[in-house]
Amino acid sequence: MGQHIGAYGVQDTLRSGFSSVKNELLPSHALELSEKNFQLNQDKMNFSTLRNIQGLHAPLKLQMEYRAARQIQRLPFLQSSHLALDTLKGNDESISFEDILNDPAQSEMVGEPHIMVEYKLGLM
Amino acid sequence: MALSNVLEIPTSGFNFENVARNVALEGLLEGGHTKTPKPMKTGTTIAGLVCKEGVVLGADTRATSGEVVADKMCAKIHYISPNIYCCGAGTAADTEKTTDLLSSNLTIFSMDSGRNPRVVMAVNILQDMLFRYRGQIGASLILGGVDCNGNHLYTVGPYGSIDNVPYLAMGSGDLAALGILEDRFKPNMEMEEAKELVRDAIHSGIMSDLGSGNNIDICVITKQGVDYIRPYQESEYKDKRQKRYKYGPGTTSILTEKIIPLELEVVQETVQRMDTA
Repeated sequence: MGQHIGAYGVQDTLRSGFSSVKNELLPSHALELSEKNFQLNQDKMNFSTLRNIQGLHAPLKLQMEYRAARQIQRLPFLQSSHLALDTLKGNDESISFEDILNDPAQSEMVGEPHIMVEYKLGLM
Repeated sequence: MALSNVLEIPTSGFNFENVARNVALEGLLEGGHTKTPKPMKTGTTIAGLVCKEGVVLGADTRATSGEVVADKMCAKIHYISPNIYCCGAGTAADTEKTTDLLSSNLTIFSMDSGRNPRVVMAVNILQDMLFRYRGQIGASLILGGVDCNGNHLYTVGPYGSIDNVPYLAMGSGDLAALGILEDRFKPNMEMEEAKELVRDAIHSGIMSDLGSGNNIDICVITKQGVDYIRPYQESEYKDKRQKRYKYGPGTTSILTEKIIPLELEVVQETVQRMDTA
């Protein structure tokens, strides 16, 4: 449960409660940080390699396609299949722990539709 | 329910929410005397070697959980693809799931390209996956297979290190097995001789190591196909356990018998006809 940085760059007390230093110092798993940023780091590495090999246009075009594919999703509280995005990234041809564990389509909790849409549209 | 749960969909993959709780529990339970339950390990002897016609893999069949034998007929040679098999040592669940994931990925690849995968591809996928998790997945694997480039035998360590060797032993009984292999291995051995050598290597691991035991499984991979012999040799120390513990009638003798009839009085009777036409 991360901290929500709200308006003005401080802790968003309304959404994530009071901040507590002790909670942030609790021991975390050796893999927690590396797993949180794994996909981002992989993408960065791949894009920079691609830029070095083929020039700046290659990662630019790819990122444009990713951005376009990311926009065609369902409403925030519904599960999207991410089919276009997965095909672009090559995830449709591999299985890893992201597909087996904690599948968001199987999660037992469902968000409040109105609040989630308002949050996404920035109205909240 | 905290609002942050509502606003963000939980990410897929591993969930680290209980780490803090586990650390706290370990200290709390009975003042630190109780330890968390140990996962089932396959304190093992696994061995493999490359011979003239293919690859021979061997493994024992004991899985231990602490000091108790948890499984006497554990299958440690896992199927990866029609031409690649993998022996696994370490935490039983980790080897099982990792080889399952690898097998699924290679099946997708085979369906896409129409070919049997090469052993190097399997090794590279494993290496990437195990290094990503920095050794937290406790799986030491021996991969053996036959592909268009010949017969290969690789070892993959839990941190992602790989090695391509002609003969190999892993697990807690690897020193004993490696001694036998070092003594009698020759390149380009005949099939029967290779099977006997692997059997002897596993046997010495079983005799010298507490974590290995019971039967010996052998898997022979050649260009023509795979021969998975399970068990290749059964252990001579079998115990006769009856699987059914039901007591036959007459086991307990009846000393006295007292019957009290219940007096029931019919107070009201209603008949409801069912239409069964």
